[in-house]
Amino acid sequence: MTIAKNTEPISISLIINGNKEIITAYPQTRFIDVLRDQLNLTGTKEGCGEGECGACSIIINDNLVNACLILFGQMLDDDEVITIEGFKKKKRMHPIQKSFIDAGAVQCGMCTPGMIMATYALLMKNSNPSECDIQYALAGNLCRCTGYQKISHAVQNAAQLAKKGKIRI
Amino acid sequence: MQRLIYNYLAVRPIFMRYTGESVPRLDAISKVSGDAKYISDISFSDMLYGAVYRSKKAHARIIAIHFDDAFDWSKVTVVTSVDIPGKNCITMVTDDLVLLVDNLTKHVGEAIVLIAANTLSLAKNACQHIHVEYDELNAVLDLDASKSANTVIHGSDNIIAHYHIDTGNTSQSFKKSDIICEEIYEMGAQDHMYIEPQGMIAMPNQKKGFDVIGSMQCPYYISAALANLMDMDESQLSIKQSVVGGAFGGKEDYPSILAGYCVLLSHKSGKPVKMIYDRAEDCQVTTKRHPARIRIKSGLSKQGKLLALDITMELNAGAYTTLTPVVLSRGLLHVLGSYRCDSVCAKAIAYATNTPPNGAFRGFGAPQAFFAFERHVDIMANALHMTPHAFRKKNYLRPGDTMPMGQQLSKDIASKEVLESALVLSDFSTKYAKFNQINKQKSHIRRGIGMALFYHGAGFTGAGEVVTKKEAILRFNKEGLIDILTASTEMGQGAHTVLPQIVADHLGINMTLLDLIMPDTAIVPNSGPTVASRTTMIVGSILQKCADKLRSSLCEFIAEKYHYNMDDILLKNNHVMHKRRRICLISDAIKDYVNVHDNSDFSAYYTLPKGLSWDEKTFSGDAYPTYAWGCDIAEVEVNMRTFEVRVTDIWAVCDVGKAIHPMSVEGQIEGGTLQALGYGIMENGVTNSKGQLLSDRFQNYIIPTFPDTPRIHTTIIEKPFAHSPMGAKGLGELPMDGGAPAVVNALCHALSLDINQLPVLPENILYAWKDAHDHC
Repeated sequence: MTIAKNTEPISISLIINGNKEIITAYPQTRFIDVLRDQLNLTGTKEGCGEGECGACSIIINDNLVNACLILFGQMLDDDEVITIEGFKKKKRMHPIQKSFIDAGAVQCGMCTPGMIMATYALLMKNSNPSECDIQYALAGNLCRCTGYQKISHAVQNAAQLAKKGKIRI
Repeated sequence: MQRLIYNYLAVRPIFMRYTGESVPRLDAISKVSGDAKYISDISFSDMLYGAVYRSKKAHARIIAIHFDDAFDWSKVTVVTSVDIPGKNCITMVTDDLVLLVDNLTKHVGEAIVLIAANTLSLAKNACQHIHVEYDELNAVLDLDASKSANTVIHGSDNIIAHYHIDTGNTSQSFKKSDIICEEIYEMGAQDHMYIEPQGMIAMPNQKKGFDVIGSMQCPYYISAALANLMDMDESQLSIKQSVVGGAFGGKEDYPSILAGYCVLLSHKSGKPVKMIYDRAEDCQVTTKRHPARIRIKSGLSKQGKLLALDITMELNAGAYTTLTPVVLSRGLLHVLGSYRCDSVCAKAIAYATNTPPNGAFRGFGAPQAFFAFERHVDIMANALHMTPHAFRKKNYLRPGDTMPMGQQLSKDIASKEVLESALVLSDFSTKYAKFNQINKQKSHIRRGIGMALFYHGAGFTGAGEVVTKKEAILRFNKEGLIDILTASTEMGQGAHTVLPQIVADHLGINMTLLDLIMPDTAIVPNSGPTVASRTTMIVGSILQKCADKLRSSLCEFIAEKYHYNMDDILLKNNHVMHKRRRICLISDAIKDYVNVHDNSDFSAYYTLPKGLSWDEKTFSGDAYPTYAWGCDIAEVEVNMRTFEVRVTDIWAVCDVGKAIHPMSVEGQIEGGTLQALGYGIMENGVTNSKGQLLSDRFQNYIIPTFPDTPRIHTTIIEKPFAHSPMGAKGLGELPMDGGAPAVVNALCHALSLDINQLPVLPENILYAWKDAHDHC
């Protein structure tokens, strides 16, 4: 991407997966590039670069967003960002991740981090989603391998597991 | 999920602990944690980024390539065809695919100049300072233009390959027929739309060759192509698979081209070079499912017997041969249909056009074939005033029947089981009659149910598996484990879990004693490409042979050491046993073995089951070792105000021989069925009048999303094949073959009209509806 010449890098203080980090980048840099290239958080995947596939889904301040559509300059100090790497904080595997494995919802895995983020965003707001709720909550995430059915089962199982413990990481 | 087991074979392994169990997939943990390293996640120090300057003309001579003086070319590496040390081609079936155009460009998007720079933006910027002068020629952009041969772009007649099958007396059988049906079926291109675009990294290695890592299905294809391109020995190359984010055939042949670009840039710059396509570039230049036109003429008796078939299958191959002849031969062998017919004349021809080459896509010619044939079956049934299921039940191929290419179907064929199960499970006949009644009320929602009966030949066509010797190896390592060495790649289908399951059960040992080595041509033998639904069935059976050798060597070694009779030694779980008593840990026995022996490799090759033969010249004989059969039934609602089609349910019944990992089997069936639904009613590859692909993103090439997904009711039939691991038959492609015709047959039932072109979009329904009703 060509960087316009009249801009300078800016610094923003973000909370990335619970850790406060001061990040310096050009404001026009796509946030996915900040995550992947600068912070080496490569769990966030790029499938299309235009917000269609959802492989780069992350959470910013509890909202599900496509990291390829956010520019670094749009971030504000103290914004809270959660990526798939944020699920590593606990020793035990997060119930959503476990459900995805158990339900056979993972094939090539390229959509999986995004699917997990979308599931997380759904379950934070709705602990008992119907099949229809799941379909629409994950409608922005494309999968070419599974036929979605097993992902739907995974989300249902995760919702059951989440009732017993905390979903929030 | 339902599993119906028809196990009439006596071949049951003594000990089956993993087979039939959905053990946790070995690749899943790294994929849910985000740790799995796909090619875009891998970097090397001092790495450059590659970009391609591409032809803007479909057919033109290149007069000159100008490099703009205003740009500082010293900052980038530039490669043109003159920089190629070996032959300027990518070897596939033939050597006609030019890697870098030097004289004649044959499609839009063909590579002319390669650029590498230390940032991608600089490399792309450099491309904007290249200008090519063309002398434009007439372009051949579709089947008819190619057939007419007014402009010749390939050989003397634009024909890339052709095959034919002729059996019985077709002209006489047509004369005897009471009813003749003749229709033309057309299908557009389908894009794989794997979520991970293609990507590759190449770097110089110490063998004066290159290490290549990337997203691929067939490391040895790349190795052979690069050796030719770089004038090198294959031993100087190491081609390694990174985690692959979906492939579906799209990463069978194309990665050889991308590896060629990276290696040339790395060769010239002396540095690692990475190329990751963005979505649009991936769509524009990589292979697609061949657009096709199939004409079927059939002769029928009044009683509903199929007497004669005359079929012509035409594929649009694109500008170069690539894998087209192989797709075409499989297409012909599957366009013969799932029904008895004694007189068949079928020919298949592939034509060259000035469009990017088409290639492998899950199903490999069979989805086109079955769309045409299964649509035709409904048309024949209609002409006979029979129901679609009654016609199929009367005519379907059964074990013992001979197919038109001369293969007698063996008793492991589950055509009856899949057909009958699907009809019962979906309650087809009741619904078919009920929907006929409901639709008479002319409400704004019309309902339909449709079916497709299909098969897929497992493994390579004909003698393909034995012509090139395919090898696998099991090896004892120093840690006391057994390494599994094959070139079979994991691309999401579960191969790297299923192969260890097969080996563990064949040896009777714990899976924890096995270590699957990631494919790397410097390390693993050439067990063939990961294609043709062959991994479980073919590579699995080579591994079983390796395991037999390994077991007898290890048992002999232990018998000698402890002075036992070798026949009393066996392996069980973690232990070497003497009769029922544990002697030692298998891992300790392996360590001892490695200390004493120089060679601890156990290798084997594939051999065709006895009694099978294929004659490529006459295109006759046993085309495949066995066939997996499937039956799909789809139920749809058509909104008569918008002509939107909602598929509510699909019953997918597939015979897999033996489901080694049932959850992965289900995953293949569900995923393949949804791709087929997309092929049927959503996915529309659009090209403009200059041969440029317009549908180059998810925004304008629509694949099924979560809310588009019907309830998919999967039933696994297990009718084992005698010559494969635990009876397993090739599965990966089968579910792609039947979904499109089942869905389109259902919507045609709902609307009481025939639509014979794919994809069937709402606007196509509108036109067909208007056509049918304006004449009334």
